[in-house]
Amino acid sequence: MAVPLLSVENLRLNYHTRQGLVQAVAGVDFEIRHREALVVLGESGCGKSSLAKALMRTLPRNAGEPQGRVLLEGEDIMALDEERFRREVRWLRMALVMQASMNALNPVVKVGEQVAEPLRVLRGWSGGRARERAAEVFDLVGVSTDFLNRYPFELSGGMRQRVVLAMALVTDPQLIILDEPTSALDVLTQASIMNVLKRIKREQGTSFILITHDVATSSELADRVALMYAGQIVETSSAAEFFREPAHPYAQMLMDSVPRLRQDTRPTHIPGQPPSLLDPPSGCRFADRCPSRFDRCERDPGAFRKGDRRRVRCWLHAGGSQLS
Amino acid sequence: MSQAASTATAAAGQSLVEVRDLRTWFELRQWGFMRLGSVKAVDGVSFALQRGESVAFVGESGCGKSSLARTLLGLHQPTEGDVVFEGQSMARLGRRAMRDYRARVGYVQQDPFGALPPFLDVRRILAEPLKVHGIGRSERERRIRAVLEEVRLSPADDYLRKFPHMLSGGQQQRVVIARALILEPSLLIADEPVSMLDASVRVEILNLLRGIQQRRELTLAFITHDLSTVRHFADRIFVMYAGRIVETAAVQELLDHPQHPYTQALLAALADPDPDNALDLREVPGGEAPSLLNPPPGCRFHPRCPKHMPGVCDIEDPPDFEPRPGHLSACLLHR
Ligand SMILES: Nc1ncnc2c1ncn2[C@@H]1O[C@H](COP(=O)(O)OP(=O)(O)OP(=O)(O)O)[C@@H](O)[C@H]1O
Ligand SMILES: Nc1ncnc2c1ncn2[C@@H]1O[C@H](COP(=O)(O)OP(=O)(O)OP(=O)(O)O)[C@@H](O)[C@H]1O
Ligand code: SF4
Ligand code: SF4
Ligand SMILES: [Mg+2]
Ligand SMILES: [Mg+2]
Repeated sequence: MAVPLLSVENLRLNYHTRQGLVQAVAGVDFEIRHREALVVLGESGCGKSSLAKALMRTLPRNAGEPQGRVLLEGEDIMALDEERFRREVRWLRMALVMQASMNALNPVVKVGEQVAEPLRVLRGWSGGRARERAAEVFDLVGVSTDFLNRYPFELSGGMRQRVVLAMALVTDPQLIILDEPTSALDVLTQASIMNVLKRIKREQGTSFILITHDVATSSELADRVALMYAGQIVETSSAAEFFREPAHPYAQMLMDSVPRLRQDTRPTHIPGQPPSLLDPPSGCRFADRCPSRFDRCERDPGAFRKGDRRRVRCWLHAGGSQLS
Repeated sequence: MSQAASTATAAAGQSLVEVRDLRTWFELRQWGFMRLGSVKAVDGVSFALQRGESVAFVGESGCGKSSLARTLLGLHQPTEGDVVFEGQSMARLGRRAMRDYRARVGYVQQDPFGALPPFLDVRRILAEPLKVHGIGRSERERRIRAVLEEVRLSPADDYLRKFPHMLSGGQQQRVVIARALILEPSLLIADEPVSMLDASVRVEILNLLRGIQQRRELTLAFITHDLSTVRHFADRIFVMYAGRIVETAAVQELLDHPQHPYTQALLAALADPDPDNALDLREVPGGEAPSLLNPPPGCRFHPRCPKHMPGVCDIEDPPDFEPRPGHLSACLLHR
């Protein structure tokens, strides 16, 4: 079988805080194949952004060293030192559009320059050549090239989000990680940015990790879905499986909480709150809120295999083979 | 939105609020003195709200939703037009009457995280408006406990002494709602009450608001950019675009038979979770919402409208039409 584009094994990331160790990413496994889009869903604080930051190694100062293995086309990039990671991986092969980054553009530099910068710094391209490529990606994301010479404050939120996307695309990476790229935007802008992503995926063959808590919008791009809960992935499925027949009790309740425009069923909420990541329960982390819980749930279920690529972290699916 | 709306209202008679040709403009200046023009945030809006109904104002960022809400609350002076509340014109209210008016209208503001004073505990937060209105100590305590029960922060004793930072986002939002309800208003305006919250908490808060609205027979005006929630939590929808109301109808009617091209575009852009969504591109009108400093002439949607009739839509300002009974749409196609 072909080597996956990215394969992540038992990834962990902790933050040191005055209250103790926050286990934001607590042993996460998944893989992405070439030209595939994986959506990472989960409610606020479950560790989605931390996962992205651990993969890209853009960590805040109080974060511990990420643990586990991350293989990019078979090569363990976690083992690379920072200098090689910067020169060979970050931006060039894997790019990250951070949460709220459209508000983090440099206010005093023209957006065209900002988009061209990774090429000049990392590829050593001349200014002219880099600007030409910047114009190309502006086209791709649907921003008029007249805007190359504008400053961020002259652009609407939707335009700035496209610019940030252009910046991630400019080096033509194999994988782009997008952290909540549309959640601050209007419906029409959201839809047109999702269209841009679909087109890039089709035309450039780029792979995506799309991080979001917006279930409906995520289905616009998803080939596969990974659902996170309290630092762990509780279900990984194909989009068809996940959106039509979610397996994990949390996934089922999450799908029932999504308001639907075209269906009469009234959305229902999930009672309770996720556990603290300072001192998470040793058994199933969803047990407190799970209507199906039974005695076995006091122990950590681990991930069970259901079919070729489906994994469910729940004792109800213990019929499948145990992975870890 | 004009004649059609106000005649319909006059016939119904008993409306709680009537808004007539309301305009709220903000003067825009450079360096504090050079007039650049006016931002026409609310620009000719008329509607009536009935007692006990739940309505939603839907529209994209910057279309004037919050400005409309704040004008209804008396926080902005209307540039033109009037708000008539329980038969009284707001333009003619004195200071005292204005204070009483504000007690009749509850407000859940946009951005719940900035809404609560960080240095007051829940009891003080809820006691403050009661004190302002001269309500005595034991009555205050009774009402505070009752309202906490109502927003399901119970037992009340667990919450009375908590400060906002000790509460989750959803719990903070309940405190904001409790504060808006404590003077027993007849109208509650909730500006994006859930947009900052997680999906599962959103539904909980919206269900809570809907329940309270029905039990108290309040008029609830809730403002949102999220059409998908509206179906389950409102009776009637107003769709806003660039400072105007472009379409109004009962929820089901509007979702099943959208008449205005802008509403049609909004609905077409919205996904329900479905793996097939990834197969095709969605149809989205190009361009962006216009500047409210210099809105386009004629129909404000014409630069983006797929059905735009050149020589007509860019000249004539569309009035309201009633293409279906009780369903108003401001588009020249209905002529
Ligand atoms: N620098 C930090 N120091 C300490 N704790 C942190 C830090 N950054 C994040 N956390 C905590 O780690 C957990 C995971 O945070 P993370 O930002 O990854 O969540 P998320 O899923 O991206 O949430 P959201 O949807 O709100 O963006 C949360 O409990 C958060 O409070
Ligand atoms: N106090 C003010 N002074 C000047 N301009 C204002 C003021 N309040 C709002 N505006 C402008 O009026 C227009 C409408 O703003 P408003 O906040 O009413 O929109 P909104 O529909 O609530 O948007 P959002 O969905 O982003 O909250 C915007 O162009 C805004 O910049
Ligand atoms: S392991 Fe038990 S508690 Fe956890 S989700 Fe499955 S049934 Fe519920
Ligand atoms: S009036 Fe004309 S431009 Fe405006 S919505 Fe109708 S068809 Fe479109
Ligand atoms: Mg995040
Ligand atoms: Mg607003």
